[in-house]
Amino acid sequence: MRVDLGANMETTWPVLTVLTFLPLIGVVFLLLIRGDEEVVVRNSRNVALWVSSFTFLISLLIFWHFDPTVSGYQFEDRGEWLSRDGIGYHMGVDGISMPFVVLSAFLTPLAILASWHSVKFRMREYMIAFLVLETLMIGTFCALDMVMFYLFFEAVLIPMFLIIGIWGGARRVYASFKFFLYTLFGSVLMLVAMLVMYGEAGTTNIPQLAAYAFDPSVQTWLFLAFFASFAVKVPMWPVHTWLPDAHVEAPTAGSMILAGILLKMGGYGFLRFSLPMFPDASLYFAPLVFTLSVIAVIYTSLVALAQSDMKKLIAYSSVAHMGFVTVGIFTMTEQGIAGAMFQMISHGLVSAALFFAVGVVYDRLHTREISAYGGVADAMPRYAVFFMFMMLASVGLPGTSGFVGEFLVLVGAWQASTWLAFFTATGLVLGATYMLWLYRRVVFGKAEKAEVIGLKPMNSREIFIFMPLTILVLYYGVFPTGLLDLMQPAILNVIDQVTGVATADASIGGAN
Amino acid sequence: MGVTAFFPAIAEIFLAGVSIVLVLAAAFGGEDGKASGLMRKLAVASLIITGILVASYGNTPSLAFGHLFMTSPFMVYMKLLVLFGATIILLMSRGHVAADNINRPEFPLLILLSVLGMMVLISSNDLMVLYMGIELQSLPLYVIAAMRRDSVRSSEAGLKYFLLGALSSGLLLYGASLIYGFTGSTNYGEIASSLSQDVLNGGVSSGAVIGIVFLISGMAFKISAAPFHMWTPDVYEGSPTIVTAFFAVVPKLAAMSLFLRVTYGMLGSASDSWQQVVVAIAMASMIIGALGAIMQTDLKRLMAYSSIAHMGYALVGMASAQAEGISAVMIYMAIYIVSSIGIFALILTLSREGTAVTKINDLAGYSRTHPLYAACMLIFLFSMAGIPPLGGFFGKWFVFSAAVNAGLVPLAVFGVLSSVIGAFYYIRIIKVMYVDDVADALDQPDRRTNGMIILSMAVITALMVFVLSSLREGIMGTLPYIAFIAG
Repeated sequence: MRVDLGANMETTWPVLTVLTFLPLIGVVFLLLIRGDEEVVVRNSRNVALWVSSFTFLISLLIFWHFDPTVSGYQFEDRGEWLSRDGIGYHMGVDGISMPFVVLSAFLTPLAILASWHSVKFRMREYMIAFLVLETLMIGTFCALDMVMFYLFFEAVLIPMFLIIGIWGGARRVYASFKFFLYTLFGSVLMLVAMLVMYGEAGTTNIPQLAAYAFDPSVQTWLFLAFFASFAVKVPMWPVHTWLPDAHVEAPTAGSMILAGILLKMGGYGFLRFSLPMFPDASLYFAPLVFTLSVIAVIYTSLVALAQSDMKKLIAYSSVAHMGFVTVGIFTMTEQGIAGAMFQMISHGLVSAALFFAVGVVYDRLHTREISAYGGVADAMPRYAVFFMFMMLASVGLPGTSGFVGEFLVLVGAWQASTWLAFFTATGLVLGATYMLWLYRRVVFGKAEKAEVIGLKPMNSREIFIFMPLTILVLYYGVFPTGLLDLMQPAILNVIDQVTGVATADASIGGAN
Repeated sequence: MGVTAFFPAIAEIFLAGVSIVLVLAAAFGGEDGKASGLMRKLAVASLIITGILVASYGNTPSLAFGHLFMTSPFMVYMKLLVLFGATIILLMSRGHVAADNINRPEFPLLILLSVLGMMVLISSNDLMVLYMGIELQSLPLYVIAAMRRDSVRSSEAGLKYFLLGALSSGLLLYGASLIYGFTGSTNYGEIASSLSQDVLNGGVSSGAVIGIVFLISGMAFKISAAPFHMWTPDVYEGSPTIVTAFFAVVPKLAAMSLFLRVTYGMLGSASDSWQQVVVAIAMASMIIGALGAIMQTDLKRLMAYSSIAHMGYALVGMASAQAEGISAVMIYMAIYIVSSIGIFALILTLSREGTAVTKINDLAGYSRTHPLYAACMLIFLFSMAGIPPLGGFFGKWFVFSAAVNAGLVPLAVFGVLSSVIGAFYYIRIIKVMYVDDVADALDQPDRRTNGMIILSMAVITALMVFVLSSLREGIMGTLPYIAFIAG
């Protein structure tokens, strides 16, 4: 397929490849920087920021030319690679992956900006890790070949392990090992499942695999193997325990990316692999997923209530919010999946902002203990406003993007089962409780502690990071249709593939 | 029969001639220090010429010495890997032989002789030649393991290696004699046709099966697969590091090549008789390698367990008993030796105030004092752990793919799970290098050769994804001749 740039401008320019690997060019520049410590630090930050901003601009350009009426993949780009084995280089985006590509490219420059002063050593290596991470994230969402997907998906472990392990907090070693081994454990099972699929279908091309009808008994095992990987990544209860540790120990920017993008890889995987490729097994296991998700929503919300560490609280709230996502996906209704997608995008923005909000005060007081704060609003009024806005978006207040996602998920859940909707909805109440309580304890009240009174107000860099996040959360809260329309054809595609089970013939789906 | 009849063995004949000349030269050569430098250069040159001869021998499988000796593209590939590994290690040995007090002209010579044995082993087409190759390969190795006469550990390593090696040779010989007894021939081709006749007539006789199992046990010793791995950690730790590097890379290639040749070629039709054995050995190696490495504090010991695990992964490919498995093992071994050479080249550079160190904790803060080498080590370790997009992942992809296609899904699941355990000890080293504080800085290495080797191996490992396609094409190109493997 040719890339259609604009009305009548046709070109074979491999835009997705350029977008994916552009950050690596930044890495080359970073490696070439010479000079004394200060020069290296300054230039590293600038190079990383410029390269990632430029990548974001290109992603916007692609987003702009993305045709929301087409249901198949766009900007497809193929190359020869291991062609003897039926494995090829294949990139492309549809309505499901497009928003994630833009989100990745959007959050990376913000994360780099967020670490401007908070990273005290090895700035060059830090920026290299983030740019590599950006390449891998975009690649994960663009890859249309299973092997390529696995390469990107799994390689994310390397930079993230280093980011947590080197620039993390006091227990960073424990957290990074746990993160690494947990995720690896899930992924290797997926690897075996991929090998089985490859042996069976003879191809690793994702659209072709989606059209291939796997035997239902095989599907069960394949589903479980993929589930092991994606459930750890999302994460779902009870394999979520790596997440609070990783978040607490990761540097602010690491948490932003981890919550903003990496968790979404799990949800994306469910939509790209589990549902279209194993429809029978997905239907069969949906009740299990619902149960685990509802437990996640209720249990982790309660756990969040008990936290005394701000980052840990927000980390647990992420697990609860991702519980909504998995509920939405496995309702296999249009509203449910659209809600899950919307919730993922919204959570990507909101959780990144919340982790950044923690980072802002952490940079000043060097503690994340809730009890160390109180009355922050006195010293940092602007901060209080941004924090409140994001807190409310997290709670799902109408007018913010959080509401749209949760509402659609509940609509989908209602169609699946009343009880499911009921239990999922309790998450909303609990979410409001812990977030409002957190906000009250940190921001409200009279500032009594000397350190809190002496807090410096937000500088323009910090405001600049909050601004676009706030605008987007508000925009998508008020005008969700643009994004929903964009996703719809691809979502309908997925639903077709799932509900076409009965007629199970190989022509269903997005093969082209 | 003209001279051309010897052409398939031309490289071996050349290497044998050169070795004999060099032995004489060494005997009448001057003092140790100078002579050994010259000898090393001559040895490297002759290995390179041997490599050219091997490579120039074209693509047609052919026999020599009345079906005793065979050359095929598969063997050319394995021999080139052996020669590559031996050459690099001889290049690395510069300076280290002096530091380890083994700076004698015999060192490069013994390596030459051992390489000759390996080439014979790879090309063997007869059980007698197999045994001759094995012995020619092993005897020089026993000597170089114990070469540091003043060190108790080195002598212990040499003795241990010798005793267990002799035991494994005995097993091998016993197995060979049983197979000869039950099939009536020592020629691989004739054994293969006799066995396939047996399979058609209702099954391989139990005597031959016992012989096969003994043969496989002997070869498992040589590649240090569990449960025949006991010697590996002690020998790796006790030998001078440069010798350990050689052990970890070169003999493994030869033995693995033989393993493939014997199982697929000679015993190809009787794969039911050996597949389960190989599966069991593979599983034991993977898990023992992974668990054994966790508690290690010494890099060389850790590498010993790591190599046990890696041989297990390679055997997973072999256990598939399908042509695909051969190419998987061929790719796996190539990627494995590249990372291993890199890691050992790096271990060789580790020293503090002139004394070589090999403890993992000596690497504390390595990324601050030696950022470039630490980055290379990072690449090697993640590759060994099988994390994409580094080379090691693709090796695992191909062997597990072969196993899954052969219906050995449980084996593949077992393998990937033990690779998760294995990942733990690799990332522990990364943690020491990148997270821990510098305790006592290591010396800045001044040996350029090792730096170049480390860098180039790291580049190959990191960029394997780009050359993989052509490597795969090249190897698959040799597959049509795999049937010819039996002779």
